[in-house]
Amino acid sequence: MKICYYPGCTLKTKSQALDQTARLAALALGVEMEEIENWQCCGAVYPMARDEIATKLSAVRALDYAKHNGGRLLTLCSACHNVIKRTNEDMRSDGEICSRANNYLQLEESYRGETEVLHYLEMLKTVVGFDNIAQKVVKPLNRKVGAYYGCLLLRPSGVMAFDNPENPTIIEDFIRALGGTPVIYPFRNECCGAYVGLKNPDLPKKQSERILRSAKEKGAEEVITACPLCLYNLNEKGSGILPVKYFTELLAEALGVKS
Amino acid sequence: MTVKEQCENVKRMSGTDVRKCMKCGKCSGRCPAFHEMDIKPHQFVSLLAQGRIEELLKSEAIWSCLSCMACVERCPRAVAPAAVIEAVRDTVIRAQGANGMKAEDIPPMVDELIPQQLLMSAYRKYNK
Repeated sequence: MKICYYPGCTLKTKSQALDQTARLAALALGVEMEEIENWQCCGAVYPMARDEIATKLSAVRALDYAKHNGGRLLTLCSACHNVIKRTNEDMRSDGEICSRANNYLQLEESYRGETEVLHYLEMLKTVVGFDNIAQKVVKPLNRKVGAYYGCLLLRPSGVMAFDNPENPTIIEDFIRALGGTPVIYPFRNECCGAYVGLKNPDLPKKQSERILRSAKEKGAEEVITACPLCLYNLNEKGSGILPVKYFTELLAEALGVKS
Repeated sequence: MTVKEQCENVKRMSGTDVRKCMKCGKCSGRCPAFHEMDIKPHQFVSLLAQGRIEELLKSEAIWSCLSCMACVERCPRAVAPAAVIEAVRDTVIRAQGANGMKAEDIPPMVDELIPQQLLMSAYRKYNK
Protein backbone atom coordinates (compact mmCIF):
# COMPACT_ATOMS: atom_id res chain seq x y z
CA MET A 1 0.00 0.00 0.00
CA LYS A 2 1.25 3.48 -0.93
CA ILE A 3 0.53 6.60 1.05
CA CYS A 4 1.48 10.25 0.41
CA TYR A 5 4.16 11.36 2.84
CA TYR A 6 5.22 14.84 3.95
CA PRO A 7 8.75 14.64 5.47
CA GLY A 8 9.44 18.30 6.35
CA CYS A 9 12.74 20.18 6.50
CA THR A 10 14.27 18.76 9.67
CA LEU A 11 13.83 15.14 8.62
CA LYS A 12 15.91 15.86 5.53
CA THR A 13 18.77 17.31 7.53
CA LYS A 14 19.36 16.98 11.30
CA SER A 15 16.78 14.27 11.91
CA GLN A 16 17.45 11.83 9.09
CA ALA A 17 17.33 8.98 11.60
CA LEU A 18 13.62 9.65 12.15
CA ASP A 19 12.85 9.64 8.42
CA GLN A 20 15.02 6.66 7.48
CA THR A 21 13.99 4.31 10.28
CA ALA A 22 10.34 5.19 9.65
CA ARG A 23 10.61 4.34 5.95
CA LEU A 24 12.43 1.05 6.62
CA ALA A 25 9.94 -0.01 9.25
CA ALA A 26 6.94 0.97 7.14
CA LEU A 27 8.23 -1.14 4.22
CA ALA A 28 8.61 -4.11 6.55
CA LEU A 29 4.97 -3.56 7.53
CA GLY A 30 3.75 -3.34 3.92
CA VAL A 31 3.42 0.45 3.68
CA GLU A 32 5.32 2.46 1.09
CA MET A 33 5.73 6.11 2.04
CA GLU A 34 5.62 8.10 -1.17
CA GLU A 35 7.19 11.50 -0.67
CA ILE A 36 5.00 14.20 -2.20
CA GLU A 37 6.44 16.36 -4.99
CA ASN A 38 7.78 19.85 -4.37
CA TRP A 39 6.79 20.03 -0.72
CA GLN A 40 7.71 23.21 1.11
CA CYS A 41 8.54 23.77 4.79
CA CYS A 42 5.31 23.90 6.82
CA GLY A 43 6.61 26.83 8.88
CA ALA A 44 7.12 24.67 12.00
CA VAL A 45 4.54 26.54 14.09
CA TYR A 46 0.83 26.96 13.45
CA PRO A 47 0.06 30.68 13.06
CA MET A 48 -2.76 31.33 15.49
CA ALA A 49 -3.72 34.85 14.37
CA ARG A 50 -6.82 34.56 12.22
CA ASP A 51 -5.49 37.05 9.68
CA GLU A 52 -2.35 34.98 8.98
CA ILE A 53 -2.98 33.38 5.60
CA ALA A 54 0.27 33.34 3.62
CA THR A 55 2.05 31.40 6.39
CA LYS A 56 -0.50 28.58 6.04
CA LEU A 57 -0.27 28.15 2.29
CA SER A 58 2.56 25.61 2.14
CA ALA A 59 0.47 23.27 4.31
CA VAL A 60 -2.54 23.79 2.03
CA ARG A 61 -0.45 23.00 -1.06
CA ALA A 62 0.67 19.70 0.46
CA LEU A 63 -2.89 18.88 1.52
CA ASP A 64 -4.22 19.64 -1.95
CA TYR A 65 -1.57 17.41 -3.55
CA ALA A 66 -2.58 14.55 -1.25
CA LYS A 67 -6.27 15.16 -2.01
CA HIS A 68 -5.57 14.25 -5.64
CA ASN A 69 -3.21 11.38 -4.78
CA GLY A 70 -5.07 8.99 -2.54
CA GLY A 71 -6.77 11.40 -0.14
CA ARG A 72 -4.47 10.81 2.82
CA LEU A 73 -1.35 12.65 3.94
CA LEU A 74 1.09 10.91 6.25
CA THR A 75 3.16 13.04 8.64
CA LEU A 76 5.96 12.04 10.97
CA CYS A 77 7.46 15.14 12.59
CA SER A 78 5.16 16.32 15.41
CA ALA A 79 5.48 19.96 14.33
CA CYS A 80 4.56 19.28 10.70
CA HIS A 81 1.65 17.18 11.90
CA ASN A 82 0.40 19.94 14.19
CA VAL A 83 0.67 22.68 11.55
CA ILE A 84 -0.84 20.63 8.72
CA LYS A 85 -3.67 19.18 10.76
CA ARG A 86 -4.69 22.53 12.28
CA THR A 87 -4.48 24.25 8.89
CA ASN A 88 -6.62 21.49 7.43
CA GLU A 89 -9.23 22.14 10.10
CA ASP A 90 -9.21 25.86 9.20
CA MET A 91 -9.76 24.96 5.55
CA ARG A 92 -12.61 22.65 6.50
CA SER A 93 -14.46 24.76 9.04
CA ASP A 94 -13.41 28.42 8.74
CA GLY A 95 -15.02 29.90 5.64
CA GLU A 96 -13.06 33.13 5.78
CA ILE A 97 -9.60 31.50 6.02
CA CYS A 98 -10.62 28.95 3.38
CA SER A 99 -11.74 31.52 0.84
CA ARG A 100 -8.74 33.78 1.41
CA ALA A 101 -6.29 30.87 1.07
CA ASN A 102 -8.00 29.69 -2.09
CA ASN A 103 -7.86 33.23 -3.48
CA TYR A 104 -4.09 33.12 -3.10
CA LEU A 105 -3.60 29.66 -4.51
CA GLN A 106 -6.01 29.73 -7.46
CA LEU A 107 -6.17 25.94 -7.64
CA GLU A 108 -8.15 24.32 -10.42
CA GLU A 109 -10.60 23.17 -7.77
CA SER A 110 -10.81 24.91 -4.38
CA TYR A 111 -9.35 23.02 -1.44
CA ARG A 112 -11.81 22.66 1.45
CA GLY A 113 -10.11 20.35 3.92
CA GLU A 114 -10.94 17.09 2.15
CA THR A 115 -7.63 15.33 2.89
CA GLU A 116 -7.22 13.07 5.91
CA VAL A 117 -4.07 13.93 7.87
CA LEU A 118 -2.56 10.86 9.47
CA HIS A 119 0.41 10.81 11.82
CA TYR A 120 2.76 7.82 11.49
CA LEU A 121 1.69 6.58 14.93
CA GLU A 122 -1.96 6.77 13.88
CA MET A 123 -1.05 4.88 10.72
CA LEU A 124 0.59 2.14 12.83
CA LYS A 125 -2.47 1.91 15.03
CA THR A 126 -5.32 2.18 12.54
CA VAL A 127 -3.90 1.05 9.18
CA VAL A 128 -1.36 -1.62 10.21
CA GLY A 129 -2.64 -2.47 13.69
CA PHE A 130 -0.52 -2.94 16.82
CA ASP A 131 -1.44 -6.65 16.90
CA ASN A 132 0.06 -7.14 13.43
CA ILE A 133 3.18 -5.23 14.44
CA ALA A 134 3.59 -7.42 17.53
CA GLN A 135 3.55 -10.51 15.30
CA LYS A 136 6.38 -9.10 13.18
CA VAL A 137 8.68 -8.26 16.08
CA VAL A 138 11.88 -10.30 15.83
CA LYS A 139 13.84 -8.54 18.58
CA PRO A 140 11.56 -7.59 21.50
CA LEU A 141 12.67 -4.47 23.36
CA ASN A 142 12.63 -6.12 26.81
CA ARG A 143 13.25 -2.85 28.61
CA LYS A 144 11.38 -0.03 30.30
CA VAL A 145 10.61 2.85 27.97
CA GLY A 146 8.98 6.19 28.77
CA ALA A 147 6.78 7.72 26.07
CA TYR A 148 7.26 11.45 25.73
CA TYR A 149 4.27 13.01 23.97
CA GLY A 150 5.05 16.69 24.46
CA CYS A 151 2.51 19.17 23.15
CA LEU A 152 2.24 19.08 19.41
CA LEU A 153 0.67 15.65 18.91
CA LEU A 154 -1.97 16.16 21.58
CA ARG A 155 -3.02 19.80 21.73
CA PRO A 156 -5.37 21.40 21.02
CA SER A 157 -7.19 18.09 21.39
CA GLY A 158 -10.41 19.34 19.80
CA VAL A 159 -8.56 19.64 16.49
CA MET A 160 -5.73 17.13 16.84
CA ALA A 161 -8.06 14.30 18.02
CA PHE A 162 -4.91 12.23 18.51
CA ASP A 163 -5.50 10.78 21.95
CA ASN A 164 -6.73 11.76 25.40
CA PRO A 165 -4.69 14.95 25.98
CA GLU A 166 -4.31 14.35 29.74
CA ASN A 167 -3.87 10.60 29.74
CA PRO A 168 -2.72 9.40 26.31
CA THR A 169 -2.07 5.72 25.65
CA ILE A 170 -1.08 5.30 21.98
CA ILE A 171 2.71 5.35 22.48
CA GLU A 172 2.41 3.06 25.51
CA ASP A 173 0.44 0.59 23.34
CA PHE A 174 3.15 0.95 20.70
CA ILE A 175 5.90 0.14 23.24
CA ARG A 176 3.92 -2.89 24.43
CA ALA A 177 3.55 -4.14 20.84
CA LEU A 178 7.35 -4.02 20.50
CA GLY A 179 7.84 -6.17 23.58
CA GLY A 180 8.85 -3.31 25.86
CA THR A 181 7.38 -2.17 29.16
CA PRO A 182 5.85 1.31 29.03
CA VAL A 183 6.52 3.60 31.96
CA ILE A 184 3.83 6.12 32.87
CA TYR A 185 5.25 9.30 34.37
CA PRO A 186 3.64 12.63 35.23
CA PHE A 187 5.46 14.95 32.82
CA ARG A 188 5.01 12.99 29.61
CA ASN A 189 2.67 15.58 28.09
CA GLU A 190 4.53 18.64 29.46
CA CYS A 191 6.22 21.09 27.06
CA CYS A 192 10.01 20.66 26.63
CA GLY A 193 10.59 24.42 26.38
CA ALA A 194 10.31 24.48 22.58
CA TYR A 195 11.66 27.44 20.61
CA VAL A 196 11.79 29.74 23.64
CA GLY A 197 15.31 28.40 24.24
CA LEU A 198 16.64 30.91 21.72
CA LYS A 199 15.29 33.73 23.90
CA ASN A 200 15.61 32.13 27.31
CA PRO A 201 17.94 29.08 27.45
CA ASP A 202 17.05 28.37 31.11
CA LEU A 203 13.45 27.39 30.31
CA PRO A 204 14.18 24.33 28.08
CA LYS A 205 16.84 23.26 30.55
CA LYS A 206 14.44 23.43 33.49
CA GLN A 207 11.65 21.71 31.56
CA SER A 208 13.84 18.99 30.04
CA GLU A 209 15.41 18.12 33.40
CA ARG A 210 11.97 17.93 35.05
CA ILE A 211 10.63 15.68 32.31
CA LEU A 212 13.59 13.28 32.29
CA ARG A 213 13.86 13.19 36.08
CA SER A 214 10.17 12.35 36.26
CA ALA A 215 10.61 9.49 33.75
CA LYS A 216 13.68 8.17 35.55
CA GLU A 217 12.01 8.23 38.97
CA LYS A 218 9.25 6.02 37.56
CA GLY A 219 11.81 3.53 36.28
CA ALA A 220 12.27 4.40 32.60
CA GLU A 221 15.59 3.40 31.04
CA GLU A 222 15.08 5.54 27.97
CA VAL A 223 12.56 7.97 26.53
CA ILE A 224 11.10 8.13 23.02
CA THR A 225 9.62 11.03 21.06
CA ALA A 226 8.30 11.90 17.59
CA CYS A 227 9.57 15.48 17.65
CA PRO A 228 13.05 16.66 16.54
CA LEU A 229 12.86 19.76 18.72
CA CYS A 230 11.85 17.76 21.80
CA LEU A 231 14.69 15.33 21.10
CA TYR A 232 17.16 18.20 20.83
CA ASN A 233 16.00 19.92 24.02
CA LEU A 234 15.80 16.71 26.05
CA ASN A 235 19.16 15.40 24.86
CA GLU A 236 21.11 18.64 24.84
CA LYS A 237 19.49 20.52 27.76
CA GLY A 238 18.36 17.59 29.89
CA SER A 239 21.74 16.98 31.58
CA GLY A 240 21.92 13.42 30.20
CA ILE A 241 19.50 12.10 32.82
CA LEU A 242 18.16 9.53 30.31
CA PRO A 243 18.89 8.77 26.65
CA VAL A 244 16.21 10.00 24.24
CA LYS A 245 15.50 8.41 20.85
CA TYR A 246 12.95 8.62 18.07
CA PHE A 247 10.12 6.12 18.44
CA THR A 248 10.86 4.86 14.92
CA GLU A 249 14.38 3.84 15.95
CA LEU A 250 12.88 1.39 18.44
CA LEU A 251 10.37 0.21 15.85
CA ALA A 252 13.12 -0.49 13.30
CA GLU A 253 15.17 -2.20 16.01
CA ALA A 254 12.32 -4.47 17.08
CA LEU A 255 11.42 -5.34 13.49
CA GLY A 256 15.07 -6.14 12.78
CA VAL A 257 15.36 -3.63 9.91
CA LYS A 258 17.64 -1.04 11.47
CA SER A 259 20.49 -0.22 9.10
CA MET B 1 -4.59 53.47 15.70
CA THR B 2 -6.56 54.36 18.85
CA VAL B 3 -6.42 52.14 21.94
CA LYS B 4 -9.96 50.97 21.26
CA GLU B 5 -9.14 50.05 17.68
CA GLN B 6 -6.03 48.21 18.80
CA CYS B 7 -8.11 46.24 21.32
CA GLU B 8 -10.69 45.27 18.74
CA ASN B 9 -7.94 44.26 16.34
CA VAL B 10 -6.26 41.97 18.90
CA LYS B 11 -9.61 40.42 19.78
CA ARG B 12 -10.33 39.78 16.11
CA MET B 13 -6.87 38.30 15.47
CA SER B 14 -7.11 36.01 18.50
CA GLY B 15 -10.50 34.65 17.42
CA THR B 16 -11.38 34.14 21.07
CA ASP B 17 -14.13 35.70 23.18
CA VAL B 18 -12.43 37.05 26.29
CA ARG B 19 -15.79 37.90 27.89
CA LYS B 20 -16.43 34.18 28.42
CA CYS B 21 -13.59 33.96 30.99
CA MET B 22 -14.86 33.07 34.49
CA LYS B 23 -11.50 33.83 36.12
CA CYS B 24 -10.80 30.35 37.46
CA GLY B 25 -7.06 30.69 36.77
CA LYS B 26 -6.58 27.17 35.43
CA CYS B 27 -4.72 28.53 32.40
CA SER B 28 -2.03 30.16 34.53
CA GLY B 29 -1.99 27.21 36.92
CA ARG B 30 -1.05 24.89 34.07
CA CYS B 31 1.38 27.22 32.26
CA PRO B 32 4.98 25.86 32.17
CA ALA B 33 6.30 29.41 31.62
CA PHE B 34 4.28 30.96 34.48
CA HIS B 35 7.35 31.97 36.49
CA GLU B 36 8.93 33.65 33.47
CA MET B 37 5.95 35.91 32.86
CA ASP B 38 5.43 39.46 34.12
CA ILE B 39 1.79 39.29 33.00
CA LYS B 40 0.25 35.82 33.42
CA PRO B 41 -1.99 34.04 30.87
CA HIS B 42 -5.23 34.73 32.81
CA GLN B 43 -4.25 38.38 33.08
CA PHE B 44 -3.83 38.64 29.30
CA VAL B 45 -7.45 37.61 28.96
CA SER B 46 -8.66 39.88 31.74
CA LEU B 47 -6.66 42.98 30.68
CA LEU B 48 -7.82 42.63 27.07
CA ALA B 49 -11.44 42.37 28.26
CA GLN B 50 -10.88 45.60 30.22
CA GLY B 51 -9.38 47.34 27.18
CA ARG B 52 -5.96 47.71 28.83
CA ILE B 53 -4.04 46.87 25.68
CA GLU B 54 -1.16 49.30 26.30
CA GLU B 55 -0.02 47.24 29.31
CA LEU B 56 -0.13 44.06 27.25
CA LEU B 57 1.88 45.55 24.40
CA LYS B 58 4.69 46.36 26.88
CA SER B 59 4.70 42.87 28.41
CA GLU B 60 7.84 40.73 28.38
CA ALA B 61 5.68 37.60 28.67
CA ILE B 62 4.99 37.59 24.93
CA TRP B 63 8.54 36.25 24.46
CA SER B 64 8.07 33.40 26.98
CA CYS B 65 4.83 31.77 25.80
CA LEU B 66 5.65 28.29 24.47
CA SER B 67 2.45 27.91 22.41
CA CYS B 68 2.14 24.53 24.14
CA MET B 69 -1.65 24.95 24.26
CA ALA B 70 -1.87 23.68 27.84
CA CYS B 71 -3.88 26.80 28.80
CA VAL B 72 -6.25 26.29 25.87
CA GLU B 73 -6.71 22.64 26.79
CA ARG B 74 -7.55 23.33 30.43
CA CYS B 75 -9.94 26.24 29.93
CA PRO B 76 -13.46 25.18 30.93
CA ARG B 77 -14.93 28.09 28.96
CA ALA B 78 -13.21 27.57 25.60
CA VAL B 79 -11.19 30.78 25.87
CA ALA B 80 -7.75 30.59 24.25
CA PRO B 81 -5.22 32.59 26.30
CA ALA B 82 -2.38 31.43 24.00
CA ALA B 83 -4.18 32.97 21.02
CA VAL B 84 -4.51 36.27 22.91
CA ILE B 85 -0.79 36.26 23.74
CA GLU B 86 0.07 35.48 20.11
CA ALA B 87 -2.22 38.24 18.83
CA VAL B 88 -0.50 40.73 21.16
CA ARG B 89 2.97 39.55 20.08
CA ASP B 90 2.01 39.75 16.41
CA THR B 91 0.71 43.28 16.96
CA VAL B 92 4.06 44.24 18.51
CA ILE B 93 6.31 42.67 15.88
CA ARG B 94 4.28 43.73 12.85
CA ALA B 95 5.34 47.33 13.57
CA GLN B 96 8.33 48.56 11.59
CA GLY B 97 11.64 47.61 13.26
CA ALA B 98 10.04 45.80 16.22
CA ASN B 99 10.96 42.20 15.44
CA GLY B 100 11.96 40.17 18.47
CA MET B 101 14.51 38.23 16.45
CA LYS B 102 16.42 39.30 13.37
CA ALA B 103 18.04 37.09 10.74
CA GLU B 104 21.49 38.26 11.83
CA ASP B 105 20.78 37.16 15.43
CA ILE B 106 20.58 33.53 14.37
CA PRO B 107 24.07 32.38 13.20
CA PRO B 108 25.71 32.81 16.64
CA MET B 109 22.96 30.65 18.20
CA VAL B 110 23.44 27.72 15.85
CA ASP B 111 25.26 24.65 17.12
CA GLU B 112 25.99 21.46 15.24
CA LEU B 113 22.86 19.64 16.39
CA ILE B 114 20.26 22.39 16.38
CA PRO B 115 17.25 21.25 14.31
CA GLN B 116 15.89 23.45 11.52
CA GLN B 117 12.54 23.13 13.23
CA LEU B 118 13.83 25.13 16.20
CA LEU B 119 15.21 27.97 14.08
CA MET B 120 12.09 28.08 11.93
CA SER B 121 9.74 28.04 14.93
CA ALA B 122 11.55 30.86 16.71
CA TYR B 123 11.83 32.96 13.57
CA ARG B 124 8.16 32.54 12.76
CA LYS B 125 7.16 33.40 16.32
CA TYR B 126 9.45 36.39 16.78
CA ASN B 127 9.79 37.89 13.31
CA LYS B 128 7.30 39.28 10.79
